[in-house]
Amino acid sequence: MSAVTQSLRLAAQPRWWSFALWAVLLVLPYALPTHALLISEITIIALFALSLDLILGYTGIVSLGHAAFFGMGAYSAALFAKHIHPDPLLGLAAATGLTMLLGAVCSLGVLRGSDLTRLMVTLGVALILQELANKFDGLTGGADGLQGVVMGPVLGYFEFDLYGQTAAWYALVVTLLVFIGLHHLVHSPFGFSLQAIRDNRLRAQAIGIDVNTRLVTVYTLAAVLAGVAGGLQAQTTGFASLDVFGFDRSADVLLMLVIGGTGWLWGGLIGAVVFKTLHSVISAWTPQYWTFWLGLFLVLLMLVGRERLLRPWTWRRNI
Amino acid sequence: MFDRLLVVSLASVLSLGSAMLQAQEVFKIGLILPMTGQSASTGKQIEAAARLYIAQNGDKVAGKKIELVVKDDGGVPDATKRIAQELVVNNKVGVLSGFGLTPLALATAPLATQSKTPMVVMAAATSSITEASPFIVRTSFTLPQCAVAMGDWAPKNGIRRVVTLVSDYGPGIDAERYFKERMLLNSAQVVESLRVPLRNPDFAPFLQKVRDLKPDALFVFVPSGAGAAVMKQFLERGMDKAGIKLIGTGDLTDDDQLNDMGEGALGVVTAHHYSAAHPSALNQKFVEAFKKANNGLRPNFMAVGGYDGMHLIYEALKKTKGGQGGGVAMLAAMKGHIFESPRGPILIDAQTRDVVHNIYLRKVEKKDGQFYNVEFDVIKDMKDPGKTK
Amino acid sequence: MLTLLFDGVAYGMLLFILAIGLSVTLGLMNFINLAHGAFAMAGGYTTVLLMQHADLPFFLCVALAFLLTALLGAVLEATLYRRMYNKPHLDQVLFSIGLTFMAVAAVDYFVGSTQQLIQLPAFLKGRTELWDGALGMGHYRMAIIIVCAVLVLVLQGLLTQTRFGAQLRASVDNQQVAAGLGIRVNTIFLTTFALGSGLAGLGGALGAEILGLDPVFPLKFMIYFLIVVAVGGTSSLTGPLLAALLLGIADVAGKYYLPKLGAFIVYSLVIVILMWRPQGLFTRGKV
Repeated sequence: MSAVTQSLRLAAQPRWWSFALWAVLLVLPYALPTHALLISEITIIALFALSLDLILGYTGIVSLGHAAFFGMGAYSAALFAKHIHPDPLLGLAAATGLTMLLGAVCSLGVLRGSDLTRLMVTLGVALILQELANKFDGLTGGADGLQGVVMGPVLGYFEFDLYGQTAAWYALVVTLLVFIGLHHLVHSPFGFSLQAIRDNRLRAQAIGIDVNTRLVTVYTLAAVLAGVAGGLQAQTTGFASLDVFGFDRSADVLLMLVIGGTGWLWGGLIGAVVFKTLHSVISAWTPQYWTFWLGLFLVLLMLVGRERLLRPWTWRRNI
Repeated sequence: MFDRLLVVSLASVLSLGSAMLQAQEVFKIGLILPMTGQSASTGKQIEAAARLYIAQNGDKVAGKKIELVVKDDGGVPDATKRIAQELVVNNKVGVLSGFGLTPLALATAPLATQSKTPMVVMAAATSSITEASPFIVRTSFTLPQCAVAMGDWAPKNGIRRVVTLVSDYGPGIDAERYFKERMLLNSAQVVESLRVPLRNPDFAPFLQKVRDLKPDALFVFVPSGAGAAVMKQFLERGMDKAGIKLIGTGDLTDDDQLNDMGEGALGVVTAHHYSAAHPSALNQKFVEAFKKANNGLRPNFMAVGGYDGMHLIYEALKKTKGGQGGGVAMLAAMKGHIFESPRGPILIDAQTRDVVHNIYLRKVEKKDGQFYNVEFDVIKDMKDPGKTK
Repeated sequence: MLTLLFDGVAYGMLLFILAIGLSVTLGLMNFINLAHGAFAMAGGYTTVLLMQHADLPFFLCVALAFLLTALLGAVLEATLYRRMYNKPHLDQVLFSIGLTFMAVAAVDYFVGSTQQLIQLPAFLKGRTELWDGALGMGHYRMAIIIVCAVLVLVLQGLLTQTRFGAQLRASVDNQQVAAGLGIRVNTIFLTTFALGSGLAGLGGALGAEILGLDPVFPLKFMIYFLIVVAVGGTSSLTGPLLAALLLGIADVAGKYYLPKLGAFIVYSLVIVILMWRPQGLFTRGKV
């Protein structure tokens, strides 16, 4: 085994603290039952952020419309539960299938063009889907949202309760499975080729990596994962409305990912936790003007630079 | 050392005891409003009105201290539902209230049923809301009430051909449907029904289309706050000079914005349940107190919905002697309650749990240098025509 | 039909004024400034507040809005934006989004969240009908078209006939070489940013009557500005102008003829255009 392969294998080993953190996370809904709702919400958004990280952090595709897939997953799961079968896992499968189709089609749009072009195309797709959902209000409930989604118990046994504990565990388990899957993916040859594409597309092409096929594959995969997150959201809240496609949602998840750090799997989770906690804390204190403090935090974070935020003694050095 | 232990344990027992005693003595009201986003002005008005009511009537009712917990949902239904759930489970509120838009109320309905918490809807106006849960009570109004009133008034006043323009969501569709049905009943015609998107509406092309259709009048429903934009475009296209009258529900001439709309709003006839110029002693007192507490801001129909909602909760608390019997008893106390509101007399129907109140026909006129909706006709004790059950 | 064309042109020109600052900033400094909408909002609110409290005539307020917003832009550029030039695009995006949030919340706090209404002077409120109503031209929209046309000529003149314009174009083409030739690139950046922000403020002031003005204005309209810049490209003046006109006319016509589809048309059009020509409709050559 060459030195390169050996170092790559070593990098691929999950750290001990990964296991520890996940153990803590899985216990949280039991340890903090009053916050189970917040936990499930944060987990779902973290999964969404994770899916965005796949294309943004690992492949370098900037997207402002990732909510298109989140929304697709949400409505698919909700409609499936309402009209076909209330089992949550089957619903997730339906969400996966439909989002895969959408993702494959949309991936053709991000193959060419500059960052700005990709931003606009992804944004446009999300906006179009939002309009469509609004127009077909017989099916989707339009601006009033989709009512009457009653979920069956998970695995036929765990009912969705008022406290949100089942929801939290359900979301956590699904996210953990995705996390493990992604961990193997990014440390595989495929994963490394993605990072090569991100770093320098021309060079990757020059050494024979089939860029377009990989872009299509990873974009579809990211779409599927976003769809799973959306499906979880619809299932745990029993509701789907037009803002699942909203620009706010795409922008928020982008923010979270950058706060937590792109290019590593824990980035999405940490960013989601920081963002949501900040939101809860600040908006409890000032419900109307909390966006001001969020904006201030972002500006300072960007000015100072993420790495230095956690090390205040470096601030004095040329800001 | 022993003394210290004694002091500490005494202190903890006392604080625990007082906390428990405190907990029994506090009644929490959860108020979920859109304080940010497009409907922020709704949230502002309702919160101000709720706080005014508490300031005027004290924060102790039937031996309990009232605590108002205000939360912002930004107009996003997912947030409303989660906040409502947290309020019920964590804060242990006795009543949920607010709900600035239809989807926000509909999202929370199953929660109210599941947790047996009364839900007082102070703003949302689609008929079907009260049918979404047996625990929902409404103190705002419904669009069909206004639309039907208009559909009766218009044909009697020389308006036979109308184009309707509504925002494309629950209340708008309600308004369009009931106005159209009523017009047909009165042998008048609705030539075209246009729907404008709820978010970022651009009225110019739609109004141009109306202009080209040359009806007798344009019937408009847009949510509170968007009326000014319609008015501006209406005047810019010279539609008043082309002989097209502007009629609609009172959201068009919202008291919140009416004063800034200028001369162009004069003469617009609307049907609604509340005008800040309503000539009753109670209303005058309400408007004065509201203006004083809020920098001269005039209360609008949203504020009155909040004010009456608080009154309903207070009365229910008094009837149930401080909330004994939980949500079910509170709900029963609210049903069938009649009282005097700044809008006029109001009844919460025992069957439908919806409002029954007067719908006034008003015209925009100038009084003391300010613009008001002056009431000139009334349909008394109107029930919601939109109920299907 | 002609009225629609007229309305669309007016709307498009307004969008051009609003978006041209963004296009120049992006082309010159390679900085994606999503706070551009906040400058527009600042201009709008300046005008409204001046008219309400200082009772100044409309056009004076608009001019003041331009100047004050330009000043604001200059100050922010020198203090904050300058530090962000070499950071990755994503950081710039988030920085500007943060500024936008702050602006939105601050305006909400100080002025309130209701729509602001402007009372136009009487001569702007009228309407001229030609050919028996086939072409109806609101006077306000006419004024907008005139102002924008003049502005386009002035800007074109500035870019092509003045030394500053030449220096600006040089800096856009190749910053390093321009600096190497002794062009003070920092000053160019400052002036251009101030000018771009001032134009945004002007657009906001003019647009308050047509687009409405409330604290969420930047978030609502940012998408339109981005569309103009993405489709029009950043390397010329005419590109964004044509893109804005196209967008304005398509939007107005779409909503009139196919109201059920509404904004759907604009978004689909944008996607199709960008997929066909990713570098923008009017830019020559590759991305």
